Order: sequence, then C-alpha cells, then structure tokens
Amino acid sequence: MTSTDVPAGSGIPGGSPGGALGTLTALGRLSDYWVTASLRTWRGSVVSAFLSPIFYVLAMGVLLGGFIEGDPDRLEGAPTYLAFIVPGLVAAHAMQTAMAETSWPVFSNFKWNRVYDSMVATPLTVRQVALAHLVSVTVRITLICAVFVVVTAPFGVYATWWGPLLGLGVQALTGICFGSLMYGYSCRITTDAAFGVLFRLVVFPMFLFSGAFFPVANLGPVGERLAQLTPLWHGVHLSRMLCLDTVDGPVALLNLAVLLVVTAVGVRWAVTGLERRMAW
Amino acid sequence: MSATTPTDRLTVAPLTSVQATLLLVERNAITYRGAWKLFLTGFLEPVFYLFSIGIGVGALIESFTYHGQEVPYAEFVAPGMLAASAFNGALLDSCFNFFFKFKHQRLYDSVLATPMVTDDVARGEVIWGQLRGGSYSAAFLLVMLVMGYLSSWWALLALPAALLIGFAFSAAAMAWTTWFTSWQDFEKVTLVQVPLFLFSATFFPVTAYDGVLRWVVECTPLYRGVVLCRELCTGNVGVESAISVVYLLAMGGIGLAIVGRRLDRLLLT
Amino acid sequence: MISARGLRKAFGEFEAVRGIDLDVRRGEAFGFLGPNGAGKSSTMRMVAAVSPPTDGELRILGMDPAVDGPAIRGRIGVCPQADTLDSELNVRDNLVIYARYFGIGRAEARARADELLELVNLTEKAKAKVDDLSGGMKRRLTIARSLVNRPELLLLDEPTTGLDPQARHLLWDQLFRLKSSGVTLVITTHYMDEAEQLCDRLVVMDGGVIAAEGSPAALIAEHSSREVAEVRFGSADTAADAVNPHERYAEQLADLGDRVEVLPDRLLVYAADGDTVLEGVHARGLHPVATLVRRSTLEDVFLRLTGRTLVD
Repeated sequence: MTSTDVPAGSGIPGGSPGGALGTLTALGRLSDYWVTASLRTWRGSVVSAFLSPIFYVLAMGVLLGGFIEGDPDRLEGAPTYLAFIVPGLVAAHAMQTAMAETSWPVFSNFKWNRVYDSMVATPLTVRQVALAHLVSVTVRITLICAVFVVVTAPFGVYATWWGPLLGLGVQALTGICFGSLMYGYSCRITTDAAFGVLFRLVVFPMFLFSGAFFPVANLGPVGERLAQLTPLWHGVHLSRMLCLDTVDGPVALLNLAVLLVVTAVGVRWAVTGLERRMAW
Repeated sequence: MSATTPTDRLTVAPLTSVQATLLLVERNAITYRGAWKLFLTGFLEPVFYLFSIGIGVGALIESFTYHGQEVPYAEFVAPGMLAASAFNGALLDSCFNFFFKFKHQRLYDSVLATPMVTDDVARGEVIWGQLRGGSYSAAFLLVMLVMGYLSSWWALLALPAALLIGFAFSAAAMAWTTWFTSWQDFEKVTLVQVPLFLFSATFFPVTAYDGVLRWVVECTPLYRGVVLCRELCTGNVGVESAISVVYLLAMGGIGLAIVGRRLDRLLLT
Repeated sequence: MISARGLRKAFGEFEAVRGIDLDVRRGEAFGFLGPNGAGKSSTMRMVAAVSPPTDGELRILGMDPAVDGPAIRGRIGVCPQADTLDSELNVRDNLVIYARYFGIGRAEARARADELLELVNLTEKAKAKVDDLSGGMKRRLTIARSLVNRPELLLLDEPTTGLDPQARHLLWDQLFRLKSSGVTLVITTHYMDEAEQLCDRLVVMDGGVIAAEGSPAALIAEHSSREVAEVRFGSADTAADAVNPHERYAEQLADLGDRVEVLPDRLLVYAADGDTVLEGVHARGLHPVATLVRRSTLEDVFLRLTGRTLVD
C-alpha cells in the first residue's frame, strides 16, 4: 500500500484538497468548542453578567432615582431617571462584559491553558480562531443584554416595543466594538498586570463618564465634548434614543457610523494581534 | 572548615510575633516594587465615583436634609465613597489576592515551613492590606478637603474609621475565602459585594427604605461603616457612631481568629 | 536527630501512617522508599513540624514539634515535593525573603542568597522571574532555599524528580558534600539508584507501615538473592495461547532458584549464582531467546516488598 491510495481531502468533511477551510466551515467547527465551554461555565458568571446590572438599576434607577425629579428637559428626553439610566446602563454593561471576556480569558488562551495552541494545530487558521472567539463573545453579550431588556420591560421604561429590540442590536454592537479592541490589546501585551491599569484608568472612567449615569451636558462644555469622543457615548446615546423613541436621524447615523467603523478597526486589530502572537 | 559545618551555625534569636508579622508585610512590599502603577492608580477609583455620581448625577439632585442640615449631594456621597473604597479594597486584597497566594501559588506552604506560624500570616496579610487601603483613604480625604466636603474636626478620625472598615472586611473576607476551592467561588463574592456597595445608603439616605428593609440595612456592616464616616465628616457624632465602631471591631476580631484557625486546619494537617 | 515511636497520622477515616518507629542519627543520610501513597510524604511533613501527629511520640532535635514547632523549623531545611517558590518574587528575592522568615538579618540574608545562587549555579538568573526558569532550575532554587538557614537536618521529598541526568548527578554531588560537612539528610525517593547512592540507611514503607529497614546492602541480602537470572522464551509457537507461555516455563524452572517471578515477557530466577541457573535451563533442553545474569538491586527488594501492581 502506498500513501497515494488515500484521496486528498477524504475523511475531512468540508476540507478542500488544498487543505484551506472556508471561514464559515471553520466557525462551525469552532462553535462546538465555544458552546460546550460556555455551557460548562455560564453558572460561574451569572452574578456578574445578569445580577449586577439589575442591582445597579435598583440602586441607582429606583432608589436614587426616587430623589430625582423626572424632568425630560434635564434627562435627555426621559420621563424618569429610571427610564434615563436603563438604556445607557445596558450599553455600558455590554462594553464592560465584552472587555472582561476578551482580557484575561484571551490572555489565558495563549499563555496559561493554551487552548489556541491546540486549535491552530488543526487545519483551522489563526484568523478563524480569533473570529470564532469574537463571535462567541458577541453571542454572549447579546444574550446578557436581551435578558436585561426583558427584566427591565415591566418597569415601563421603554417608549415602544421595537425600540428596545433595535436598542439590543446597538448594545451588542457596542459590546463587540470594545471587545475586539481589548482582544487586540490582550494579544500585544507581555504580562497580565497591564490589564489592571487599563481597567482602572480607561474602562472604569469610561463606564462612569460616558453618559450612562447622567447627561454628559452636566460635565460642562469641555467635559461634554470629551465624553462624546468615546465610542461608548455613541453606543449609550443611540441605545437611549431608540429605547425612549427620541431618535434624531443625523445624530443616530453618526452614532451608528462611529460604532461600525471602530468595530471594523477593532476586529482587524484583534485578528492581526492574534496572528502576531501565535507567531511568537 | 566548610561553610556549612554545624559548628558555625547561624545564631538567630527566635522571632517575636511582631517581627514575624512584619516579615510578611516586607515580602508583600517587595512584590509591589514592580507594580507601582497598579498601586498608584488604586486610589483613583473612589475619586472617579465621586466625580461621576457625586457631581454628574448630583447636578440632578438639589440636596438632602441630613441631621437637620441641608447637605449638597456630592458632600453627602463623598464619605460613603470613602467607606465603600475601603470596603472594596479590603475584598480585593483578602479574597482575590489571598486566594491566589493561598491556593494557587501555595505561598503559605513554604512560609509555614519556617519558624513563622499561621497567626503571623493572618496578621501580616491584614496589616499589609491596611497599609495599602489606609494610604488610599488618606489620599481620598485630601481630595475631600480640597473640594471643601469636610465640615468638622471630627473628620480627622475618618482615617482611622476607614482603616477600621478595611480591617473588619479584610479579616472577615479572608476567613470566608479559606472555604473557597476554585475561582468560580468568586461569583459569591460579587453576589455579596455589589449589593452591599449599592444598597448600604452609600448613594442615598437610608430613608429610601421603609420598615423592616430599613432595619435590615442598618444592621449590615458596610452601612455601619458608611454612616460612621458620614457622621465623622459632617460632625454628627453620637451613640450610633460608637455602636458602629464596636460592631466593626468585633467583626474584624472574630474574622482574624477564624483565619488563624482555618489556616491551622488546612495547612498544618 | 529524629526519634519516633508508634507514630500515626490519620486524615479522617483514612490512616496514612499507621504506627512507625524511626531513629535517624546525626550525620547520616536516611532514606524513605515506597510506592505513591505509602505514607512517606505524610511522615516527612510530621518531621518538618508542619503536621501534628495523630498519635505516637515524635522528637526532632530533641524537641517536641507540638510545643517547639518554630524552634525546630528554624534549625531544619525542607525541600518539598512540589516547588513552592514565590512566583511574585524574583529568583534572588525568593532566597532573601525566605532567609528573613528565619529571622536572619537583611545584610546577611543577601550575602547568603548570593552564596547559595553560586552553589546551585543560578547566579546569572538572580533577577529572573521564577516562572521563566526551567523545571530543573526551579528545583535547584528550591534546594538552595532549603539551605538558607544552614540547617542541621535537611528534609528532601523526592529531590530529583523531573531533573535531567546531568542535574541529578550534580545534585547528588552537592548532597554528598553537605553530608560530609555534617548535615543530616532525610530523603524520600522513587529512584532506587538514588537511594543506593545516597543513603546509609533506609526504610521501605508500604501502606503506612515500615516493611523493611536497614542499609541498602543489608536489605538486598535479606530480601533478595545475590544474583538474578533473566530468561526470555520465544512466543511464536504459542501465539494462539491466551496464557503467558512463561507461566508454563516457570513451573519447570521453579527448583533452580530461591524464587521465580513471572513477567509478561520474561522470567526472573532469583539465586546465589545466576550462571548455574542458566546451565540448569539448558540442561533441561529449553532454549530461551535471550538471557541475562545480573546482581540483585534495591529495585528487586522494593518490588518484592511492595508488589508490582499499581497502587493509585
């Protein structure tokens, strides 16, 4: 028997003779890993993913909101502080969760438990591995935000039924926008100590000052402009306009364009980051 | 004669418990030499909260009536942030960092193979956490002073009060962490930490609660810490302040005793 | 140095050490042999004064570990089975800080650290992170760390597991030198050659008790024969036979040695003179495909006493 008896590509469903895999085929294969891993570990993040934002809504929106006058002129058109804070808080939570998911977990996948090493030892390419991870983060974020929207709906904070649905899309986009940026960053650092400083100096202030908790106009003219430079403000603002049915066409298009452009840059940054990293 | 001959043995006096405790502090300080950025940025967290919630959200709130005086919202929130940051820092040190050293790195296995004993470890870790937390609290108090949020000489005691909060939560959290087996257990910490942080009348007066709920909140440890700091910073000190002090001292003392025992049981078997 | 009578250690229902007597004398190298789970590490931890005995009497350097734990630990060195280095400190600081735990002054701790780095050939790595060291380097650092207080008694739990042959021999030389300078060594190991090389006296532990005790030569003399003849028969003719063909041959050869042991691929015949055994085999018209005569080793003693089945 000689080795030529084996037809090229046989035994590898979907594998072309050249060995290159289509991106969709590759993502399909990797989805098994991500679904299995997520099913095994989702309980471990139930509190931080689902309960924490609800605690925030109760404490800030309901309890602190009880001391805040419901004046639409001072709350970007929201009838109550609760209605103001919910859409922005979901978008900000999507950002935080996505960045948490693409920091230590990504670093661990090439540094400690080395899941990526085992993946790229198969016909899968590094690009496909990075994309599959980003897709899985997007799916997670969308699920988390969806639960949040369902839980907050009875509080009467949404103006229309379709608003929160479109808002959900924006929240997920906001999440992956920051998730992909963090992914690329994780691939380019040498020690995980870098995360601590980044979370404290960038992620956390952005969470607090990008208009999720109060109208950015309260920051004064300079502060307002600075806050509007962050992609998070665009996500928060678009999400809020959709949920409160106060959409201002040109601003909404600008918000969406910013999110899409940054996401495109982020995904590219993530893929090249992992390619560089795996070549070490 | 060779350097390792028993006859020229090192003669060292036995360690006193103060020395032993400080040795662990020394070890932690050395690991921090390379992490000064992390150390410096740590104190910013309450400042960010103060500016975001206190000033940004505060612009939407006129003022609260507190002990018969009108208090601007930021001035009301700032002492709460002082207490909450001591609390958050203590949990970070005593749950995450302690678990890492205890279970992951197995640091104490090697420490206990020397003349050091478990109580030295417990005390050393708590004191180290206090040095770090205390310097953050002092920096935050300076920010409050500059912003004009301190209206009483009692505020001088706010620093020891913040240290007391840190001590109580460090010891209790460390005791709790000795039962943890995996990183998954940290969801339980989040489950306790986030509600305590948000609902301990940090951001709004306790009058937001009615009846039993209010009574429950008043019995929680972070609430005691928050009102203690608020009473000191605004000069409304009374019997309630003394109750808070005793409560937190007892919590820390019991926690520390449990840590020593649990380490004995887990590491010296 | 160490004296134990009826020493026991129980973890709940499970009894890891079930009553052992020990005497380790000053200046000797004493070995613990035994399969995994035999109770070696539990015994070592009791001797290191970090694990209180459940029952029995234990004296280390003339002191009771329950009363004088810190004083005992101040005079012994411990090299644990798993490296418990401080990954947050660099290589040199690992030694300096550890020395400080013994109450050694800062200046002296630094001098001692440099001296030990030299001893284990890690001077160039002084500033390196522990995580960046190879397995062998970490092991050497752990051993250096155990010497930081100039111990009178050094406890080494599987010191050479995971080391390459060069590093093992280097370590043996160093341990031998320590012993010559008067340090008492207590070593656990799985490696019989290591035990034969290093230990003046050893015990074989199995199931929490001491199965045998003595010098390596005495143990071989007592529990094995002087020589072993290894005999292998071809299996082509009995391929269909489910039974190991060596079983059948074993019966035919049983009277040639003190004892015959059947392995899947060969027979071991224990006898004072191996060549006589082989002559006997040929005299009976049997034609083994391979034969070998060798001296008995500690490994033979070990397998004789603790069996060939896996314990865990």
